[in-house]
Amino acid sequence: MSSEALIILIYILVLASFLGFELIAKVPPTLHTPLMSGSNAISGITIVGALLACNEMGYTTISKWLGMVALVLATINVVGGYTVTDRMLKMFKKK
Amino acid sequence: MSVAIELAYLIASILFVLGMKMMNKTKSARKGNRLSALGMFIAIVATLLQIDAISMVEILACIVVGSAIGLYYANKVEMTKMPEMVAIFNGFGGLASFSVALSDYFLRTEVNMESIELVTVISIIVSVFIGGLTFTGSLVAYLKLNGNISGSPITFKGQHPINLILFLGFLTAAFFTVLDQTDPMLIIILIVIALVLGILTVIPIGGADMPVVISLLNSYSGMAACATGFILNNNVLIVAGSLVGASGIILTQIMCKAMNRSLVNVLLGGFGQTVNEAQADGPSITVKEIGVEETAMLFDGVSSVIVVPGYGMAVAQAQHVIRELMEQCEKRKIDFKFAIHPVAGRMPGHMNVLLAEANISYDKLIEMESINDEFPNTDLVLIVGANDVVNPAARNNPQSPIYGMPILNADKARTVIVCKRSMGKGYAGVENELFGYPNCLMLFGDAKQTITKVVSEMKEM
Repeated sequence: MSSEALIILIYILVLASFLGFELIAKVPPTLHTPLMSGSNAISGITIVGALLACNEMGYTTISKWLGMVALVLATINVVGGYTVTDRMLKMFKKK
Repeated sequence: MSVAIELAYLIASILFVLGMKMMNKTKSARKGNRLSALGMFIAIVATLLQIDAISMVEILACIVVGSAIGLYYANKVEMTKMPEMVAIFNGFGGLASFSVALSDYFLRTEVNMESIELVTVISIIVSVFIGGLTFTGSLVAYLKLNGNISGSPITFKGQHPINLILFLGFLTAAFFTVLDQTDPMLIIILIVIALVLGILTVIPIGGADMPVVISLLNSYSGMAACATGFILNNNVLIVAGSLVGASGIILTQIMCKAMNRSLVNVLLGGFGQTVNEAQADGPSITVKEIGVEETAMLFDGVSSVIVVPGYGMAVAQAQHVIRELMEQCEKRKIDFKFAIHPVAGRMPGHMNVLLAEANISYDKLIEMESINDEFPNTDLVLIVGANDVVNPAARNNPQSPIYGMPILNADKARTVIVCKRSMGKGYAGVENELFGYPNCLMLFGDAKQTITKVVSEMKEM
């Protein structure tokens, strides 16, 4: 990785963190639980890394197995996280 | 990597941001969550396009297994068990990032026999550390919440020095890994220390501090994904990971502020243990009891009611019967509201979800700052399963361990009824002087059973 590429990644990290702070600070306490389960699902983005790690021929390498473990876990996180958040938000009603 | 795939990742990142933005309003939150899910779907499809056909079978198998487990758990879990679910899912996220980092490490050192760049080695080490710590830490948090291990702080002598030594050991092993990337022994040392530190850092923290711990672990799971993004040089992982990291940090801050404690104080653990002896000699409080029938009569005669729910309501599963109580009161044109303390329950916003599940309109759930001025003009406050968050000692007793913590001013109402199982103390281990106040009446018994009786009395009136 060239130092320019690294600097760009650090830029993305810093700016996205600031954006995150701005966005979350406005979420009302009522929604803190769905916010957590929803952001939990987003942290399942590591599924992208897991998929790439699985992209290897043969079953003999430890890399492949670790990739598959990661893929199952990240999928649970993504699918379960979004589903339970939707289930919760469905219950928030105003009469 | 082709431009189309990079663009797909960009769209996914935009959808995550928009989704989080829409979480700002209860009305748009559900749509926001779906947008975010759409973003995830796009990112997954874009990644699948880069996969060789030959690996597709096992990949789809893993996805099917993961989806089945995720769907089953998400549809089955009870709302009272949400803290447990979020805790264990944080752990899964951490372990996934940890596994991806190790997979990448072994691919480069053992399969491709290439040397790894400095930035990548450091990212792998960071990802293993945060991911591993998040995994075991979350597991301990889950077991504590689920009651498999004691919810009270587990402390032993030399705990903090041991953690420090382990951390320094990790840094040393990390330093040598940077010098010699190919030594698997060093990586194993790093893995073991990260996993052990996760356990050791969470066991001294008590059950009621779990809102802070879960928020922090939530943040860590995002940071682990972020570190993995640096390993794979992948922007969408960095964007999504830092959004989650920031979100967890903010929630952690809110929770600490609501308990008037610093993050360091929470993480060092052992809260509420040392104060017991000091308080034991204090004057005992004389309380006044009230029965079910009198309670029903009181409710029948007032014009405004505020309910203060706490974790005890969740344990007793009393939220549904409280809605019936609300219906009885509304029939009598009584103003009925809920006062929600930020740390009530075992995770941020826990009470709101439980009450929403019981079909209570969310505009009746009022935050602490907004409702505190209303207590003096309220006829009746019903406290269900809450204790420390209404203890006036936080306002007027500088000796109390909870002094300075923002509380709900329930004691200022004309009459207070406390629905409680017994005279047991709250999490902080302090006597609640509110129980001895002249305007306070104790309604002993299981919250669900007693309030059910109150409701049936009211129905007959």
